[in-house]
Amino acid sequence: MKSGVKFTNIFKKQIFIPLAAIILLALINLIVDPSFFKIKLSDNMDGFKVLSGHLITILDSGSELAILAIGMTLVTAASGGQDISVGATMAIAGSVVVRMIGLTYGAEDNNIMEYAMPLIIAFLIAVVVSMLFGAFNGALVSFFKIQPMVATLILFTAGRSIARWINLGKNVVVSNPSFKYAGVFLPGVPVATPIIITIVCIIIIMLVLKFTNLGLYTQTVGINERSARLNGLNPKMIKMLAFIILGICVAVAAMIQVSRYQTINYSSFGKDIEMDAILAVALGGNALSGGKFSMMSSILGAYAYQFLTTTLLTFNAPPDALPAYKAGVVILLVVFSAPTVRDKISKLFKQLKNNKKSGEAKEVA
Amino acid sequence: MKQKFKNMSDTNLLLFITIVTFVLMYVLAVCCLGGGFTKPQSFFDLLNENAALIILACGLSLVMITGSIDISVGGIIALVSMSGAVYLEKANGNVFVSLLIALGIGLVFGAFQGYLIAYLEIQPFIVTLAGMFLARGLTTIINRDSFNIENNEAFKAVKNLRIEIPGLGTTNRHGIYNPAYITIGVVVALLIVLILFCVLRWTRLGRSFYAVGGNNQSALMLGINVKKSKFLAHLLCGLLGGIGGFVFLLNLGSGAVSNGGGFEMLAIASAIIGGTMLTGGVGNIVGSLLGVLSLRTIQNIVRSIGLDEAWWTEITVGAMLCIFLVIQSIVMARKEKKAK
Repeated sequence: MKSGVKFTNIFKKQIFIPLAAIILLALINLIVDPSFFKIKLSDNMDGFKVLSGHLITILDSGSELAILAIGMTLVTAASGGQDISVGATMAIAGSVVVRMIGLTYGAEDNNIMEYAMPLIIAFLIAVVVSMLFGAFNGALVSFFKIQPMVATLILFTAGRSIARWINLGKNVVVSNPSFKYAGVFLPGVPVATPIIITIVCIIIIMLVLKFTNLGLYTQTVGINERSARLNGLNPKMIKMLAFIILGICVAVAAMIQVSRYQTINYSSFGKDIEMDAILAVALGGNALSGGKFSMMSSILGAYAYQFLTTTLLTFNAPPDALPAYKAGVVILLVVFSAPTVRDKISKLFKQLKNNKKSGEAKEVA
Repeated sequence: MKQKFKNMSDTNLLLFITIVTFVLMYVLAVCCLGGGFTKPQSFFDLLNENAALIILACGLSLVMITGSIDISVGGIIALVSMSGAVYLEKANGNVFVSLLIALGIGLVFGAFQGYLIAYLEIQPFIVTLAGMFLARGLTTIINRDSFNIENNEAFKAVKNLRIEIPGLGTTNRHGIYNPAYITIGVVVALLIVLILFCVLRWTRLGRSFYAVGGNNQSALMLGINVKKSKFLAHLLCGLLGGIGGFVFLLNLGSGAVSNGGGFEMLAIASAIIGGTMLTGGVGNIVGSLLGVLSLRTIQNIVRSIGLDEAWWTEITVGAMLCIFLVIQSIVMARKEKKAK
């Protein structure tokens, strides 16, 4: 009986959903091809030993998503809506980084000023820029009371164009050799840098949530804005703060991505990543209508989503048909985690139990 | 007059703002820029090119009035136009049957999403996001390359059908008379606008949409079948997506994976500019029509004043959306204050 109670407790916990998804995917992979889990140490192009394998790929390419999921969770919790402009803002931040680092155009014209900034300063400028865009979204949401999805629709439509405008639509190639450290490998370190950056981000946000009231305040605002105000909180500032934090996350993700490809393609850079980030939050079992959240579940949700992508790719699914398969999985997951469906299922179970009991009673009689 | 303005309902007030902006913008364009804007045909071209978008915006405003959202319409357009194109070109199919296919796809998507949203109470954003991915993925599974419909004569006849409007044609430099015309897609779009306008204004179904979007709880208390209304709104939106896809195919005459890219957001933006609020309960079909026209007119204006780099049109759309949202929010805040 006791174990039964414990089991239901695990089942009810929020982290169960992404965890179950990961375990399920791992099982499928284990059955189909056990070598999926192999991790080897091999030489890379620059001649030092690095870890490689499907699991490392998941951790590596899921980095941007995990980092964005952190900010998206806070925004979702505080404002009860989602930011759909993260992909476009990422393009802006990436464009700023490329512009600042100093770039070489095609030979035909060189009429743009080149700033040969150090990497770190370029990155900081990108952080400031995307914080400003985050603040813009936040101001629309909190001061003008526009629903987040609509407010961020503005940057969603205009963002990529702004990114293109920053570099005047030029194709840029970065000549700085240390540029790829952030997105690929640091010399001599066997673990891909995005993984390290993500771990640092996760540790920072966990510490912030543990030692400050950020988590409590965002949840309070998300659950009931009016009562939060009556308790002396300033809901507007907290919503702003959530959007600004998301801005920082966007800049970090953009830095990783732009350094990974060493160039920026304005129309495909960070495309649809906003949808993936929102799905990661939803997969983490967080209510998209705001209120209570679990950061760890969101991050696990992001990796579960990446796990799914990588699994589909190893099964030789054509990359451009991936969305269809993903949609199927997402629909199944969402349907089974919907409260009404869960209620129905548990009712069904109860009925079955009752039937059994009544059957037993009859037998006894 | 002032009293009347104050007592206007939200829907009418926002519609009023939309109408004024559109008329002002067009008149300004005609007066200051002249050129192409003075020809009646340029107005009809606005309709001809955006018939599909108008239909989509209508569907979205229905859904948005009930307080929900649908972002799968762009994907549905891609799927419908691709499957229609494959059927018409590779199987040399019947135009009527391809219309039925389009309606079928739209209805299936609408019904499926509507069921998940209304009866299983899953967040509409996630459901329709999955719907979008599904539609886009299925499109690439059906066919990956883009191609034109060239060998289907019946389809081409329908595609090139022009409905001339007497009295508004222009004579060009060589003295040849060019009649003003609209395509068959425009007729369909305008009919849909008319029908939905009547439905929203004068039928029980239309009023239940407003009631559900305005306040879910009180609609339930009034004895309105909230779930059914939401389901029907999504079903209609899916159906309109199918029709829009077919009209899109009629206009473009080709199937491509990238068809209808970004249409969901354009349609949402048009509906918002047309005075529909995402919170639900406020909105108008005529506004959505004007929203599409305003969006495209401002793009034309930007292009004709010399900012013709590709990025400017999108930046203007974003700026326009921003201005309209702020206006809406200010209007609403004032109303709330007055109510207190």
